[in-house]
Amino acid sequence: MFNRNLIAAAIALAFSGAAQGQDGELAKIREEIRQVKEGYERRIDALEKRLAEAEAKAGKAEASAAKAETTAAASQGRTASDNAFNPAISLILQGTYASTSQDPNTFRITGFVPSGGEVGPPKRSFGLAETELTFSANIDPYFRGVAIAALTPENEVEVEEAYFQTLALPRGFTLKGGRFFSGIGYQNEIHQHAWDFQDAPLPYKAFLGGRLRQDGVQLRWIAPTELFMELGAELSSGDQFPGSDRNKNGVGGSSIFGHLGGDIGRSTAWRTGLSYLRASPQGRGYEDVDSLGGTVANSFTGKARLWVADAILKWAPNGNASYTNFKLQGEYFRLKQDGTLTYDDSGGSNAFGAVNDYFNANQSGWYAQGVWQFMPRWRAGYRYDTLRYGTVGNGIVNNGLGPVSADFPLLASHNPSRNTLMFDWSPTEFSRLRLQYASDQSRLGATDNQVFVQYIYSLGAHGGHKF
Amino acid sequence: MNRILKLLITLAAWLVVQPALAALNIFACEPEWGALAKELAGDKASIYVAANALQDPHRIEARPSLIARARSADLVVCTGAELEIGWLPLVQAQSGNSRIQTGQPGLFEAARYVVTLEVPQRFDRAQGDVHPAGNPHVHLDPRNIEKIATALAERMAQLDPGEAAQYRSHATAFLERWQQATERWEKTGAPLKGMAIVVYHKNLSYLSNWLGLREVGSLEPKPGLPPTASHLSELLANLARNPAKVVVRAAYNDPRASEWLSERARIPALMLPFTVGGSDKAQDLFGLFDDTLMRLLAVAK
Repeated sequence: MFNRNLIAAAIALAFSGAAQGQDGELAKIREEIRQVKEGYERRIDALEKRLAEAEAKAGKAEASAAKAETTAAASQGRTASDNAFNPAISLILQGTYASTSQDPNTFRITGFVPSGGEVGPPKRSFGLAETELTFSANIDPYFRGVAIAALTPENEVEVEEAYFQTLALPRGFTLKGGRFFSGIGYQNEIHQHAWDFQDAPLPYKAFLGGRLRQDGVQLRWIAPTELFMELGAELSSGDQFPGSDRNKNGVGGSSIFGHLGGDIGRSTAWRTGLSYLRASPQGRGYEDVDSLGGTVANSFTGKARLWVADAILKWAPNGNASYTNFKLQGEYFRLKQDGTLTYDDSGGSNAFGAVNDYFNANQSGWYAQGVWQFMPRWRAGYRYDTLRYGTVGNGIVNNGLGPVSADFPLLASHNPSRNTLMFDWSPTEFSRLRLQYASDQSRLGATDNQVFVQYIYSLGAHGGHKF
Repeated sequence: MNRILKLLITLAAWLVVQPALAALNIFACEPEWGALAKELAGDKASIYVAANALQDPHRIEARPSLIARARSADLVVCTGAELEIGWLPLVQAQSGNSRIQTGQPGLFEAARYVVTLEVPQRFDRAQGDVHPAGNPHVHLDPRNIEKIATALAERMAQLDPGEAAQYRSHATAFLERWQQATERWEKTGAPLKGMAIVVYHKNLSYLSNWLGLREVGSLEPKPGLPPTASHLSELLANLARNPAKVVVRAAYNDPRASEWLSERARIPALMLPFTVGGSDKAQDLFGLFDDTLMRLLAVAK
């Protein structure tokens, strides 16, 4: 009565109240949850925005860091000072110890008109060789300049080379002007400290005075082909052997040359060429001794034509020259001279005074050398050179003007030859020590047995070596 | 007379007319740059590589074939940092090509676009063959390749504006693949961190820097000097105290010195391709790093 219904009602009421309370609670809870959700969403939004901003900043930071890196990288090589544009400077130190069985002062290549250059062996015992100072730099976008001064052991300064070279001519042309080694042959353009032997081959000594250095201009053209094809032409004052100082307007000497070169596989590279040189010596003099022992002043005026054929082959396994490599090189020369020879013994025996008549000579010579690097730092080389007397027509003798063959001892018929063997040790590319033996038969009737020990050091800028 | 005239006209025509060219003639100094140029230019360029992977890049000479190829080059891609100083200046001077002289856009030096390691404090040859601008062997860090690729593509676009869009799109595609590959390499190369190695020449510095390898010695007593018996013995003694996991050489290095050390120190001797073409698998830049990592991981176990 009171009871079940009331209780039921009370319970119902309680529940409904609870339910209502629950509803109220629920609504409150829902409201709370909603608020929390909104709060979190707001915070997540804010965080996302901050993250986006941070990422953008990081991206910018990365970009500027990269830029800073590149600027740092680019500025690594720069120094800010007046010396920033100094040329590349390098110095070559060389010296020899020489032991020769014949007196170096009596050196001659019998059978061939003396070429007047420093072609004899170095003086005996210890001796300083030429100290070379090289300066080179780009002058501006159009020109490059190089100067090489040789400080001789006789305390003179010689200008070995001093020239400008173009950088910006179109179509594969390069113009060089000043004093430079002629581009004829192969070894002519290579500096002595880069040679594989202490001295020049006999044909260079006899026909070019050691090597041809001329004052003039040179134009070179490289063909746009896969095979290396080069043509060159030079105009010069022609004052070096086989030419002479002329004191005349115009061009004194000229030359043209062509070279071909390429690779055979990966291991071999070769170059070959042909050159032609013309000169017109005027009063090119040399001294001799006549049959009475008196000095004679000889002088040649006429034309000289020189042909040179050269070839070089370099081999290294896979083209890697570090461990072993081999180099084979050879050149053939032919010199034709045609003109008038004047014989003047008025300063000596005065038997005939000054007489002159025709003089022509057709002489040749060649050399071949091989150098083998058999282990890192060590090389061995062998060279054979020989000259052929050929035909020499001396009108003074043939026409009976007085002097006889014995009065031209330097032109006596003789075929000089020489054998040379060398070993060198190069701890690095900047230092080299060489031992060289030679049996030299340049003089008629005497063999000179030569032993040289040579050092070559280079310091300063790294000069690349020609092929 | 007629024949001579015809000959002269043909000669003149041959001299004057340009030979048929691809869009860009590229001369790459080392195989890695040839490979990179190929990735960026596709078939729009004809590429000549001056050196092969078996040649020591320090010992290249300015031989006639290089001069002939440089003559027609529009773009020379080199490392710079004096790596090519023994031959490139000679090739530039003798090539008769005004486009590739120093300062011209036709000369691209990769080392300018990265930060070089091991910049010496003193420039003295008594330290060996050191490079004043830092270690020039920059290509063995893929992050460097990325920077260089970006710069190279821009340079190609500058020199050949007609195909600029192609170069840029090739570059984008390459960089995407490269970045993915770099991530993959970094992941697979993680176990190599801290591995101690002996090198032949200091030409792996960028690889070591990237992978976290530790170089504990080199077979060369100083950079550029060949391994000597006395130095190798000293190295062996040092390894007893400070052991290494492997002695590494590049494909162009002589194997004898590393084999000697490997035998006595009882560690494997490993040959790395070093550049594109150095091994059968390393035929492009991706293959180079794939193969390098694979070989290193094989000895890391």
